[in-house]
Amino acid sequence: MAKNDLLGASLWDAYSNKVTTLMNNPNHQGEITEEEAAAHGNRLIVADFGAESCGDAVRLYWEVDPKTDIIVNSKFKSFGCGTAIASSDIMTELCIGKTVKEAVKITNIDVEFALRDSPEIPAVPPQKMHCSVMAYDVIKKAAGLYMGVDSESFEEEIIVCECARVSLKTLQEVIKLNDLTTIEQITDYTKAGGFCKSCIRPGGHEKREYYLVDILRDTRREMDEEKMKAAADAGSKGSFESMTLVQQIKAIDAQIDESIRQFLIMDGGDMEVIDVKPSDDYIDVYIRYLGACNGCASSATGTLYAIESTLKEKLSKKIRVLPI
Amino acid sequence: MKVYLDNNATTMVDPLVVEVMQPFFSEIYGNPNSLHKFGTASHPALSKAIDQMYKALNARDSDDIVFTSCATESNNWVLKSIFADHIVSGDKNHIITTEVEHPSVLAACRALEKEGAKVTYLPVNSEGVVEPHVVRSFITDKTALVSVMWASNETGMINPIKEIGEICKEKGVLFHSDAVQAIGKIPVDLQDVHVDFVSMSAHKFHGPKGVGALYIRNSQPLSPLLHGGEHMGGRRSGTLNVPYIVAMGKAIELATTNIEEKMASIRAKRDRLEDALLELSDTFVVGNRKNRTPNTILISIRGVEGEGMLWDLNNGQIGASTGSACASEDLQANTVMLAIGADSELAHTGIRLSLSRFTTDSEIDYTIAHFKKAVARLRAISSSFAKVGPTPGGESKECELHHH
Repeated sequence: MAKNDLLGASLWDAYSNKVTTLMNNPNHQGEITEEEAAAHGNRLIVADFGAESCGDAVRLYWEVDPKTDIIVNSKFKSFGCGTAIASSDIMTELCIGKTVKEAVKITNIDVEFALRDSPEIPAVPPQKMHCSVMAYDVIKKAAGLYMGVDSESFEEEIIVCECARVSLKTLQEVIKLNDLTTIEQITDYTKAGGFCKSCIRPGGHEKREYYLVDILRDTRREMDEEKMKAAADAGSKGSFESMTLVQQIKAIDAQIDESIRQFLIMDGGDMEVIDVKPSDDYIDVYIRYLGACNGCASSATGTLYAIESTLKEKLSKKIRVLPI
Repeated sequence: MKVYLDNNATTMVDPLVVEVMQPFFSEIYGNPNSLHKFGTASHPALSKAIDQMYKALNARDSDDIVFTSCATESNNWVLKSIFADHIVSGDKNHIITTEVEHPSVLAACRALEKEGAKVTYLPVNSEGVVEPHVVRSFITDKTALVSVMWASNETGMINPIKEIGEICKEKGVLFHSDAVQAIGKIPVDLQDVHVDFVSMSAHKFHGPKGVGALYIRNSQPLSPLLHGGEHMGGRRSGTLNVPYIVAMGKAIELATTNIEEKMASIRAKRDRLEDALLELSDTFVVGNRKNRTPNTILISIRGVEGEGMLWDLNNGQIGASTGSACASEDLQANTVMLAIGADSELAHTGIRLSLSRFTTDSEIDYTIAHFKKAVARLRAISSSFAKVGPTPGGESKECELHHH
């Protein structure tokens, strides 16, 4: 929010001249009949997307040459606002002359781009980007009908934001890489959620399978889990000072088991860790000698020195071993 | 020809109103609270405006009509102060309103919910009207306030305010009505109807924008929303907006004097327009005319999306309005349209035409002709009227979910 946002922008003023012109006089509005297509030896494909009760609906007509798979003619019918009509019109234009396989590659971003007056200025205001998504969807459907496959088979990845075509994988990566914590940040980094806003949270313009709020929450949770695991790993790999007390005692025990106890047992003795008390300068490890070690002269000199130097080397230089 | 048919959004300021405002900008500009003559010179005009307001609404001298900046302020004032006085500092916890209120009521209620108030949003029937028995059924001994709009901005439908007022009186619950769309369009008699608080706005009845009022029955307590210099008897602080208050007085007088006669003329034009548009196939108008503000039509045209229709009307220099989701910033379907619940298509095909006493017969003729032309053009493009059906398997499911 700042000076430029105080007066809400006029929706229609943000339309490109192309949008306005095509809304007023669409070039490819109309129908292709079975007879017409048959007369040219072509195949007619008619696909619907959307419904009047959802606010926008489009019907796409393709006349396809079965020998070359080239879309030789295309028309549309649209129930929708100005941008929906203009998007449908430019969509048919983009289809004509392409093979069905090429047409499948047309995205809503291509449709919007084709409606621009100049390459750097968007053709429609953000919330209207949604209208171009219909064009993308209906092409997939028509291609599926022609090729006899499910239109969803053309999708290689899960698209969360249709308007900006941002995939689930991209979102998860960007959140992790940049440590994003808010939806606004996600929109800034990826443009996802910046257009019709349906993908942000349930209750928007249309129902979605994935919502940004859920993706953000789940990814953050995953990041937290990774962080905790990393911390635990770091602990086991030697960052002894950052361990919890229990972890420290376990680490000391493990070291004693590995490099000390066997020698004490050979001499008929043993030891146990009583307590660990970290302070600023030292980590004091209190031990008790058992068996033959108890009272052995070396237990206060040579043996003690060996235990301490082993723990110092393996765990932390701050360790001081105190027998009690 | 230019035709303005969006008078439920705002109206032209009547030139007679502009005239009475003029002296209060550069001639009589003193602060009415000052002791000197510069200030007191505005008092006669202010008293006259107050008299005009009381007379227009048939308010008693024991009632307050406090000038505010707009109806949004009046609505917020009632809701927030009732919350503070009766819920935060009292033993109530509940407010009743409707799903179809103006955003200044709905958004304020949602804000109060966050602060701990319980709010019931009553449904409306298929005519868009709140039924009194529904109001009664939701009142509890914890209910502090019932807030129901007098007439709907979207549909023009008039709520049974008298009946709801009687229920509230009987139950001892305060009653507020946002009468922005009623005052100046239908007779509003505040001695005939039991309402505790009534919000209004000058720019909906040919007064200027930026001035409204709140009626407070019997000068009953209501904590101020704005604190400051104790203006308007301490009820609403802020230096009196003298020219606009004077204007509002004049505007309400002009709007309510011989209202039946004025409305008969608007109603005749409205009905003629409505009848002509209903000659088109697959159209319908929301709500019975008899129970509708006489200036309003909300018409649904099958196969024609609201914003697209608005676009074509605009190309013909006709200003109207739509509740279509496509025309809104967030693409959210209009709550009023959805609340009526009659037909989900209406949420996308509704066009609202609202007349005023300045609408002429030739404007109506022009609108009828242009409207029909626009419908013909858009239906020719519309998929709803396409003849060639989809390839088997190419049919559309209702509002399909993208890529399951």
